Amino acid sequence: MFTVNLAIMIPFLAAALVPLFRKRTLRIHIGWFVFLVPAALFVYLLSYIPSVSSGETFVHTIKWIPSFDINFTTYLDGLSLIFALLITGIGALVTIYSIYYLSSNENLKHFYAYLLLFMGAMLGVVFSDNMMVMYVFWELTSVSSFLLIAFWYHRKRSREGAQKSLLITVSGGFGILAGFLMLYAITGTMSIREVIHTVSVSSEHALFVPAMFLILLGAFTKSAQFPFHIWLPSAMEAPTPVSAYLHSATMVKAGIFLVARFTPVFGGEALWLYTVTSIGLITLFWGSFNAIRQTDLKALLAYSTISQLGMIMSMFGLGSAALQNGASSQSVFYTQAAFAAVFHLINHSTFKGALFMVVGIIDHELGTRDIRRLGGLASLMPITFTIATIGSFSMAGLPPFNGFLSKEMFFTSVLRILEFDATWQTWVNVIPYIAWIASVLTFVYCLLFVVKTFFGEYKEEKLEHPAHEAPYGMLFSPSILAVLVVLIFFFPNVLGEHLITPAMASVFPTIAGQADLGVHISQWHGFNTELFMTIGVVVAGIVLYLTLPYWKKVYQLFPEKWSFNQLYSNILEQTEKRSKAITNSYMTAYLQDYMTYIYLFFILAVGGLLISSGSYIIDIKQNNPISAFEWIIAISMMIAAISILFSKSRLTAILVNSFLGYGVAIFFVIFRAPDLALTQTVVETVTTVLFLAAYYFLPDWKKEKEHRRSKGLQMAISIAVGTIFTITALAVQNGKLFDSISSYYENSYELAGGKNIVNAILGDFRAFDTMLEVVVLLIAGIGIYAIINLKDRKGDAHIEDK
Amino acid sequence: METLITILTGVLVTVATYFILSSNVQKVILGSAILSHAAHLLIMTMGSGLKNGRIPVLTDETGSFVDALPQALILTSIVISFAVTAILLVVAYRTYRATGLDNFYDWRGYKDE
Repeated sequence: MFTVNLAIMIPFLAAALVPLFRKRTLRIHIGWFVFLVPAALFVYLLSYIPSVSSGETFVHTIKWIPSFDINFTTYLDGLSLIFALLITGIGALVTIYSIYYLSSNENLKHFYAYLLLFMGAMLGVVFSDNMMVMYVFWELTSVSSFLLIAFWYHRKRSREGAQKSLLITVSGGFGILAGFLMLYAITGTMSIREVIHTVSVSSEHALFVPAMFLILLGAFTKSAQFPFHIWLPSAMEAPTPVSAYLHSATMVKAGIFLVARFTPVFGGEALWLYTVTSIGLITLFWGSFNAIRQTDLKALLAYSTISQLGMIMSMFGLGSAALQNGASSQSVFYTQAAFAAVFHLINHSTFKGALFMVVGIIDHELGTRDIRRLGGLASLMPITFTIATIGSFSMAGLPPFNGFLSKEMFFTSVLRILEFDATWQTWVNVIPYIAWIASVLTFVYCLLFVVKTFFGEYKEEKLEHPAHEAPYGMLFSPSILAVLVVLIFFFPNVLGEHLITPAMASVFPTIAGQADLGVHISQWHGFNTELFMTIGVVVAGIVLYLTLPYWKKVYQLFPEKWSFNQLYSNILEQTEKRSKAITNSYMTAYLQDYMTYIYLFFILAVGGLLISSGSYIIDIKQNNPISAFEWIIAISMMIAAISILFSKSRLTAILVNSFLGYGVAIFFVIFRAPDLALTQTVVETVTTVLFLAAYYFLPDWKKEKEHRRSKGLQMAISIAVGTIFTITALAVQNGKLFDSISSYYENSYELAGGKNIVNAILGDFRAFDTMLEVVVLLIAGIGIYAIINLKDRKGDAHIEDK
Repeated sequence: METLITILTGVLVTVATYFILSSNVQKVILGSAILSHAAHLLIMTMGSGLKNGRIPVLTDETGSFVDALPQALILTSIVISFAVTAILLVVAYRTYRATGLDNFYDWRGYKDE
């Protein structure tokens, strides 16, 4: 059966298939095949609209790791459906656009594989009900975003932008992981739906608020909220289709999705209301304020995206006011903000997607997107101009475009919050002013975008290519989006009733049963405060735009070296420097040092354990008696071993070592091990011969120079290691934890048909092991042969010949 | 008996550690050879008592055997440690032939590193 789970997997499968396309044999651009994936998924998801708008939800589970409560569960409701439609819909349009944007000389297989990877991951994020699965998809979107930003990896700035976005979003992702684990610890379930059900009990838990902040950290980093917004402008190094898709329409909205998804869980916390609203408003203001100073069109759009994301975020914060004093039918008054948030989220995807594509067209056709080199393009690129105007005016909040409707609703929600009985009343009272000022600034940069690019003097000498209209294929996608911008303005309630109202039921499940969460969107609602605010925005905006040269000095108050960007690079640089210094301080490339670390660790860990556990009990009562002969051998071996330390000549050392070997062989005889004694004798003989051969070829021991490490320390470590070794061995002998398995092998004649038990173990019970041991010997033999007979490379010194 | 052998292995480990911490490659290899002697004796003491019984070969006589399992393990170990020693010696020889140097201090930073 075709389920949502399968729909998530299809892009991943397609991404795996993309590299199989052969560029030479195919006349058609790979993009057309890729296009089929999002287009088909979009149509498939559209078929869910009727049932979802009537309040149905769809859950489907594939068991994954049931013992850890991790299952691949998808949950299709109003909220996830909106996001999924945006992902597939915009995805399809962006794919068409990219076909004309990227020439077939580019590495298209990589591009489309990454794009499909992202699509699948993003669908996974919005449909996942299981928190762990959602986290995995969440990180996958960061990874695919990294790959796409670094698509032109030969550029330094692309690599830096990719690194910055990855570092920031993944650190936020870790926050989410920790938050999810805390929620799991509180509620005992990984399913978001079940977490929502148990919220009334779990909100008392000590970990509840930390979990909330950790999840918010993830949402804020992903959605480029202040002060984590710095990665988004750097991410503009990505090809424009990617910027339009990931960095304005879909991925950056994942954080907003997370906030919406977890509003039923955390929305009742006052801290949630204040944090989300405040961060959103600060981002709204800071983004719009900084957008005005940009000269790169894409950077301007990046800051405007930051600003708009802040606006949507703040509306979700305002909407949670409905849950503050217990859900009741009066709460509906405040839920309007969340309705406006979802509505603006859709609108933003349409107009911002179109605007990014317009910038891509300008960049592609003219070779520059610097606002200072552009101008007078209105008559040369009329269609582009029209789309840009529709997009910008919608963003500025003017009729007859969809941005006007959601902007008005934004004003309504900031006015409604004034009636909220808040703890921090003064801060709440300021909210409408911040919202209004930010809207004025938004209007200014929208005007800048249109006027500086399309009006004024046409400066062909500053362009790389003379201006001309883009091919129709490239204009197709932005045109569709521009048409949607206008259509949504005239028929907003189609969207409102069928998509946004079901989504509201997911955000406010407790209120949904008591009251209708739908809002009727109207283009005209009389001369109310909201309308006057909009008129004020237009007037103030035009004034500010005209006086821009006079007040632009304000930006000098925020010099580059105090920016968050600078802070980020300083942290990164310092971290690299410090970690390099630390690593170099102990990675000395001397074997002695490394061995010293290992031995010191052994001394501290094992010795420490011996002392702390008090297990150094030594009991010699059960020992067997020692004959005089054995005493003699043991003591002479000890003396021999110590004497090696003082031997001046190599020959002495080698011979004493073989004395030790033969001593071991004698002990094997005493210990009733004839096989071992024989083997040991043979091997010891051959080893001695080998050492003597090496003696012939290698130089004599020089007196060791006093290197860095004193002999005293070397001696101290050796003695400590030997002592701890002995004590541990004695303690182990006296504390047998379980019975020996040796008696099993004594039945060797019946089990293996061998009367020599040792041989039966080696040749039968552990035959496979013995065979591999022979293989080791074989490899060693081949290795020795190869090393000795390896031809000297040209230029190698022939020491022996000299 | 077991305690005596264990102390003997302790002495061998001390000497081996001292050699392994040295900078001369031949001493390090010698140290690893001594270390394997110590390991073999130690494994022997881990069985169920030294000298307790007959040689582990089935005959018509009655009575218990000494522990056969450590013997089998040591037999494997002897052969492997021989292979390791041989490889180390050959690598040292080859490196010396190529560089003319025989200790770790001089090898560090050698141009072909």
